[in-house]
Amino acid sequence: MKEATKDKCISLILLTVAMSAISGLAVITAFIFKEGLPIMFKVGLGKFLFSSDWYPHEGSFGIFPMIIGSLAVTIGAMLIGGSLGLGCAIVLTQFCPPRLAALLKPCIELLAGIPSVVYGFIGVVILVPLIAEHLGGPGLSVLAASVVLGVMVLPTVTSISVDAIQAVPRAYREGSIALGATQWQTTHMVILKAAWSGIVAAIILGMGRAVGETMAVIMVAGNTLDLPGGILDPVRTLTSNIALEMGYAAGEHRQALFATGVTLFVIIMALNILALTVSRRRTRRVGA
Amino acid sequence: MKWIVGLFLAVAAAMLYVSFCPWGRGSGKHAINCVGSTSVQPFAEMLSQEFDLLHTGQMVDVQGGGSTAGIQAVSENIAEIGMCSRSLKDEEASKFTGIPIAMDGLALVVHKSNTVNGLTRVQVRDIFRGAITNWRQVGGEDLPIWLITREEGSGTREAFVKLVMEAGAKIASKAPAGPAGNKHVANRIYRKAMTQESNGAVKELVKHDRGAIGYMSLGLVKDELKILAVDGVYPSLENVTTKRYPLMRPFLYVVRGTPSKGAQAFIDFTLSPPGQHLLVKEGLISVR
Repeated sequence: MKEATKDKCISLILLTVAMSAISGLAVITAFIFKEGLPIMFKVGLGKFLFSSDWYPHEGSFGIFPMIIGSLAVTIGAMLIGGSLGLGCAIVLTQFCPPRLAALLKPCIELLAGIPSVVYGFIGVVILVPLIAEHLGGPGLSVLAASVVLGVMVLPTVTSISVDAIQAVPRAYREGSIALGATQWQTTHMVILKAAWSGIVAAIILGMGRAVGETMAVIMVAGNTLDLPGGILDPVRTLTSNIALEMGYAAGEHRQALFATGVTLFVIIMALNILALTVSRRRTRRVGA
Repeated sequence: MKWIVGLFLAVAAAMLYVSFCPWGRGSGKHAINCVGSTSVQPFAEMLSQEFDLLHTGQMVDVQGGGSTAGIQAVSENIAEIGMCSRSLKDEEASKFTGIPIAMDGLALVVHKSNTVNGLTRVQVRDIFRGAITNWRQVGGEDLPIWLITREEGSGTREAFVKLVMEAGAKIASKAPAGPAGNKHVANRIYRKAMTQESNGAVKELVKHDRGAIGYMSLGLVKDELKILAVDGVYPSLENVTTKRYPLMRPFLYVVRGTPSKGAQAFIDFTLSPPGQHLLVKEGLISVR
């Protein structure tokens, strides 16, 4: 009897702790939607999302260039970070002596521990002048932001891909080798195929990280209000728009920044849901 | 089991204690918050350090955030003193008192290797609204101009818009209007301008980019950049002191109503001969 009450008590406390985290999320969601939605409808959803005039003092709020900016930077980051991350995952699980892998994997994961402002700083001091000198343009560019973000998403993509590859049943691999396939044939024809949905989920989660990153991007992307014409042009992303102007904004301008946040929120939620569905499909298929 | 419950209770008790205990935040003496312009911030920090040495007991906390944010903080009672790097707007002047603490020049800065020595305000305006895009057009090398501006709401940016974009428009009243032909557009800063969020970031970029032009607080430019003459007047100490240099703006402390005793002491110190001497030594112009 007494033990039962104690159990109940503890589960109640744990439930409260868990609920407080979730209610935090709920409050944040409710708040940004409450602050951001009115201006979206006042300006008109189409105009807000697809106009490229962002002049807060004149009351014109169009975030199209920033949506494109975020997308461009994210796609660039995934091309770099995704391919490198997948490469790392394949090497770590297939071609690397286990002892070396045990050393390399934590090293890659350490990248996640470097603060983003440090990435940004290195980007500004080393990468940006390098791009300006050898490729032209102002240096601050989609390319610079993509490279910096690519390195930043590397640990996410690598560790989730490694998990996905390791989850492939041993029998697949052994069967393939036994049939006479080489190690590379086994890897790309059997293992990667079986782990594909997990790898896709890794890439989508990496994208979520890239879309949401702010500090490093502000420092290397240039933050113009114009649509980028190429990868050497500077851009402003949704996150940098909020961070740059948050301190000053009042009234409608502030609401418009919240509306930028709503757009970002929807994009990241969509990516996360996509990642969840894809990885769930994997578990069902492997389970079957 | 028991120890888990005990641990929970201990943590909860500790949290309650910290959040409610009266001397939890800053023991007794309260610090004066001084919030606002990132242009004024380094000078205010220096003043607060000196102030600390003189009057033991009264602490001054200096934070950045931007001129508009500073005024907002004063109106919301978060800060007692706001720092502002532009003159107050009419609606602000009716609610707050602005105390000029120094005058600062707005310096137009370019890369050391730039061959252009000076521009007129009309030329600067044309450059920043995108009508002039190559240094050749103003007598320099054949090199594209990269504009570097500050974010919306920065005092430095607002001072620049007022002193260059609007004043330049008046001088060149017969100048052709911008692409869309209306008055607003003519004074807009070009959307291809890259936005940086502090004087330091502007400086860092201009230092590394041969085609760049930016504007920043004169007091913060050191030797790494080339300063341009405006309307034929170079911002030398003499020209700035006599206010012949056209781009001058006040640095203000902004307060609401009568400041507290501690805040008044800090303001008095700033305006006293040693305080002013400190500002002059760092490149500002005394208001005395």
